[in-house]
Amino acid sequence: MDVMNEKVLEKLKAKLSDAVLEANEFRGELTIIVPKERIVEVCRFLKEDEELAFDLLADLCGIDMYTPENRFGVIYNLYSLKTKHRIRLKTFTEEEHPRVPTVTGVWGTANWHERETYDMFGIIFEGHPDLRRMYMPDEFEYHPLRKDFPLMGIPGSLDLPKK
Amino acid sequence: MEQKPETIIRKTKILEALENEHVSVTFDDPLENDMVLNMGPQHPATHGVLRLLIKLDGETVLASVPELGYLHRGYEKLAENCSFHEFIPHTDRLDYLSPLSNNTAYVLAVEKLLGIEAPPRAQYIRTLISELARISSHLMFLGSLAMDVGALTVWMWSFREREKLYDIFEKIAGARFTTSYTRIGGLAQDVTPETLGIIRLFISELPEKIRECEKLLNTNHIFLGRVDGVGSISKEQAIDLGLTGPCLRACGVELDLRRANPYLVYNDLDFNIPVYEGGDCLARYYVRMAEIKESIKIVLQVLEKIPAGEVKAHQPKKVLPGKHQVYTKMEELIHDFMLVNFGVEPPQGEVYHAVEAPKGELGFYIYSNGEGQPWRLKIRSPSFVNLQSISVMIKGAMISDIVAVVGSLDPVMGEADK
Amino acid sequence: MGLESWMGDGYIATKLEDVINWCRKNSLYPMPMGISCCAIEMMAAAGPRFDIARFGSEVMRFTPRQCDVMIVAGTTTFKMAKVVRKIYDQMPEPKWVIAMGACTSSGGMYRTYSVVQGIDQFLPVDVYVAGCPPRPDNLLNALMLLQQKVQRGECKGTSPAYVGDFHGSHQAKIAGQ
Repeated sequence: MDVMNEKVLEKLKAKLSDAVLEANEFRGELTIIVPKERIVEVCRFLKEDEELAFDLLADLCGIDMYTPENRFGVIYNLYSLKTKHRIRLKTFTEEEHPRVPTVTGVWGTANWHERETYDMFGIIFEGHPDLRRMYMPDEFEYHPLRKDFPLMGIPGSLDLPKK
Repeated sequence: MEQKPETIIRKTKILEALENEHVSVTFDDPLENDMVLNMGPQHPATHGVLRLLIKLDGETVLASVPELGYLHRGYEKLAENCSFHEFIPHTDRLDYLSPLSNNTAYVLAVEKLLGIEAPPRAQYIRTLISELARISSHLMFLGSLAMDVGALTVWMWSFREREKLYDIFEKIAGARFTTSYTRIGGLAQDVTPETLGIIRLFISELPEKIRECEKLLNTNHIFLGRVDGVGSISKEQAIDLGLTGPCLRACGVELDLRRANPYLVYNDLDFNIPVYEGGDCLARYYVRMAEIKESIKIVLQVLEKIPAGEVKAHQPKKVLPGKHQVYTKMEELIHDFMLVNFGVEPPQGEVYHAVEAPKGELGFYIYSNGEGQPWRLKIRSPSFVNLQSISVMIKGAMISDIVAVVGSLDPVMGEADK
Repeated sequence: MGLESWMGDGYIATKLEDVINWCRKNSLYPMPMGISCCAIEMMAAAGPRFDIARFGSEVMRFTPRQCDVMIVAGTTTFKMAKVVRKIYDQMPEPKWVIAMGACTSSGGMYRTYSVVQGIDQFLPVDVYVAGCPPRPDNLLNALMLLQQKVQRGECKGTSPAYVGDFHGSHQAKIAGQ
């Protein structure tokens, strides 16, 4: 494993050992799977630690694994301005009422990213100041990026002005 | 007896969000009149289809809420149904002011997933076209910022230079604008020495033209009055809001992915990173003008150092073979058929690769489960994240400052809305 | 109702119609509904190399109240369709529409849930321009075709009292109803 990746994993396990469910490395990038109740703690630790200092949230997205349990996942791509290093965090949530605590308190940029994830997947972020749809109109009833939504859309879901 | 019809005022969610926005500017106004104005999706100065709802007190902005989604074309869902090769023309239309840069970014992400590398000549040519795309995008920024603020001549001059760049792109890739030039494992076709000569001629004439435009703007007190001190944002707020690219470098943070996490051949080239303090529109303007000059330097170095060789990697199961081979040999025909029908089949895993696009950090997150189509493709577009900071930047400014701020942030709605 | 109805079908009336249409065709002010990538090529058509001003489109007025032809350039989504229709309704008659690019003609390369497959589903279109994006000379060709159409007095989206084809189409409308 890469030197920097090992250091991150070591420090995280030392401080919050039960928050690391799984960790693997692919093409030099470290991915850590975290349970969803501990995600805010882990993010805050990674941001405020002196050596690691992951202060830029590069990307936050959702993913639909289409498995019976733990269907939806949320992926956080972090970047450190000091060490120029990247890691990735992942949490999973279930299909029925997908809820994940928000990280808007840690990084302000997560606001719009979480709104977009809510719009596309339907994952509700608890504690988000302003959870509205981002791209689709407010009256749209479906969540487009789920695997069971067809690419061409559902006829009648969006209306057109008359000719 | 007739009943009066009820007036129903529909309060949409976005209007509620505007009313909940924290108003940090207080005003001693005996009239105390708030007005909600809609700078709608169709507007001459909003750089595309951006809708801004602003709460005004006279001409001063108290709070604002941007609304996106008027150009949402469903790219991420499209990507789950296209093979990796088929998605390359779609990446052109993301940041449509510098399409070659997006092509390079996507192909680098896929090559990282597959674990292959393009040959050296292809790397140098990709660096060349990325820098030409950066020059093209910043020239457009110059023209539209000047036009929004009132100097129409500069727009005409920068468009004249962009037309010369379009001619160069046509010689390299065959299309003026939406090029789709890079391929997984290399490039679509090679660049002739005559084209390199034309590029050298263009680059040698460009500094003079930039100087002419700067003479009109840099000491012009009308331009400076409209742009200086307007729309400022502090360093901590910028990092917290996730700004990247020239907007972040104008706040005093030295972050450029070409130096921090080098890709292509930026390690072997010698260039500076312009950083300015202030975080206002003027600083962003200075950063971008300095970046054009740095890009000119990079292009000259690449033209010196470009090696001879081929432009496609030798990986038959992953790289599309050339057409002349497909028509004459059996092996290549079979590989072409398999690659076009079933797609490149990468190992299962996920990658995130980001490059320094002209607008900021353009990143592609690809999760693949072994099939020819990506399971999930997320585009981290710089304009989407940069637009989040608009409501912070225009608090307390006037309506005409909004135009200058949006022009200096330089958003492109094609990538903000995906 | 109109000058044509007062003067009736005669030699002077037809010549007057021709002169009016000639004036109209040589001063078509475009309303640029620039939405995405085709807007850049439309701006290039207004730039110094492919000059649209020499065809009479001297300024691109961004207000619909002063324009004749609306050039819809870029992918129209369902959310944006309402806005485009609103702007079209605000233009004074006679008005024409040029659908620029593949996305406005038929949805283009986006067969997805949020893209309208062709703006002729909610707007009457006069000229379609192919290309992704069409070159500026292609747009100028479309403008010239539109000018020929204006000279003939045809218009898809307006009431016939305002262009030269008054008698024939008005009769057809009455007979149809």
